[in-house]
Amino acid sequence: MVTVEDYVARIEETCGEEKGAIVTLKYNKKDEAIAKILKKAKLKKSFSGIIFELNFQGISFRIFSSGKAIFKGVKTKESLRDVLAALLL
Amino acid sequence: MNFYEVHNANVHRAVHTLSQEATDLHEKAREKIAEFINAKDETEIVFVRGTTEAVNLVAYSWGLFNLKKGDEVVVSLMEHHSNIVPWEIISKINGFTIKYTGVKDDGTLDYEDFEKKISNKTKLVSLNHVSNVSGVINDIKRLAKIAHDHGSLMFVDGAQSVPHMPVDVGDLDVDFLAFSGHKMLGPTGIGALYGKKHFLDAMNPFQGGGEMIRNVAFSQKTEQVDIDWNDPPWKFEAGTPNICGSIALMEAINYLERIGMPEILKHEKMLTEYATKTMQNCCTKLVLYGTKDHLLKCGIMPFGISGFSSHDIALLLDNYGIMIRSGFHCAQPLHKIFQLPSSARASFYIYNTREEIDRFIEVLKEIECL
Repeated sequence: MVTVEDYVARIEETCGEEKGAIVTLKYNKKDEAIAKILKKAKLKKSFSGIIFELNFQGISFRIFSSGKAIFKGVKTKESLRDVLAALLL
Repeated sequence: MNFYEVHNANVHRAVHTLSQEATDLHEKAREKIAEFINAKDETEIVFVRGTTEAVNLVAYSWGLFNLKKGDEVVVSLMEHHSNIVPWEIISKINGFTIKYTGVKDDGTLDYEDFEKKISNKTKLVSLNHVSNVSGVINDIKRLAKIAHDHGSLMFVDGAQSVPHMPVDVGDLDVDFLAFSGHKMLGPTGIGALYGKKHFLDAMNPFQGGGEMIRNVAFSQKTEQVDIDWNDPPWKFEAGTPNICGSIALMEAINYLERIGMPEILKHEKMLTEYATKTMQNCCTKLVLYGTKDHLLKCGIMPFGISGFSSHDIALLLDNYGIMIRSGFHCAQPLHKIFQLPSSARASFYIYNTREEIDRFIEVLKEIECL
């Protein structure tokens, strides 16, 4: 069975007042994961194909072509995992 | 240095050849560090994991036994959390007061406020030499004199100064100074605490274990154990130390000395001046935080680009192979003064060049246009 861990290497809380989380995608799965995310989330803005500003279920986030994403305003790691599961699985 | 291949053994524990070789190298590293910061004697150097452990060591071994209700410790609002939190923890136990020296809008220390905060109740002043957020250099010699004039001890967090400039503990006349190996081309998990011999002599051990004791005598009569502490610095070094780390730190210092600390400082000043000028003029959306006077600071450049969080900037630069830090940098109070939710921070060392700054600026311009 495919799980979030198949795509995500690490989730870390950001340091700073803008509470958020940085999701690092597994290097060998990042292109597949980004494609899945772009398919499901609503694209708000694309910055030269390097950053994509997206919205999914009312949560805004930015994903970088390097395979990292910043999610803002996600309250807990568990709720972020639910969002990632909905995006990736 | 091929320590693990040919000298690997525990120190101060055995009579065999490898242990003797390891001990010689480990103690030679202590001598090198003492010489590097101009300590009077190598016994004034305690090996620690890093600056954070050194602050905790002094807080627990000296502060816990010497600070009481009515006493005051003066720190500043530009400190790294590691020079705030240990004192806060001990103050909750002993009930002394911590006074926070203010910082001006440009990130420099408010010396007038420092003089207001210090009094005869002050038992310890604990300040950084260089801010890890703004790069501002504090006049430690002047501050130590004021501290001593009030009968206070002076602790210096030298994590951001010792790697970047000549630091002479004798000239600065500080009582304690701490720094980390990983910020000066050495490995992680090793650092040093300098302490004036008579203070180290009078202090209690930090942790218990092997090496920090001379004698553990069990009395059959009382069924109690009587313990004699070892002499400093070993009194503060319980358990097997980071032997390879200390030797690697010595080699890092040898390398830095071959270049010369004044040369390193000169190079960083040149880069700081160049980066300050170019960053100020490169983008309309870029804001440099803190003082723009390169003479007042080391090679640390805190900045932001409007429309992007510090983490966005760091991730964008990472796409180009440029690695910077983002967030609070463990210095939340200073960000509060700057009224910033976080900051992006570029920093330079001896291996950086003007060409790298040019590339960094090019990428910042690209980010601004996104």
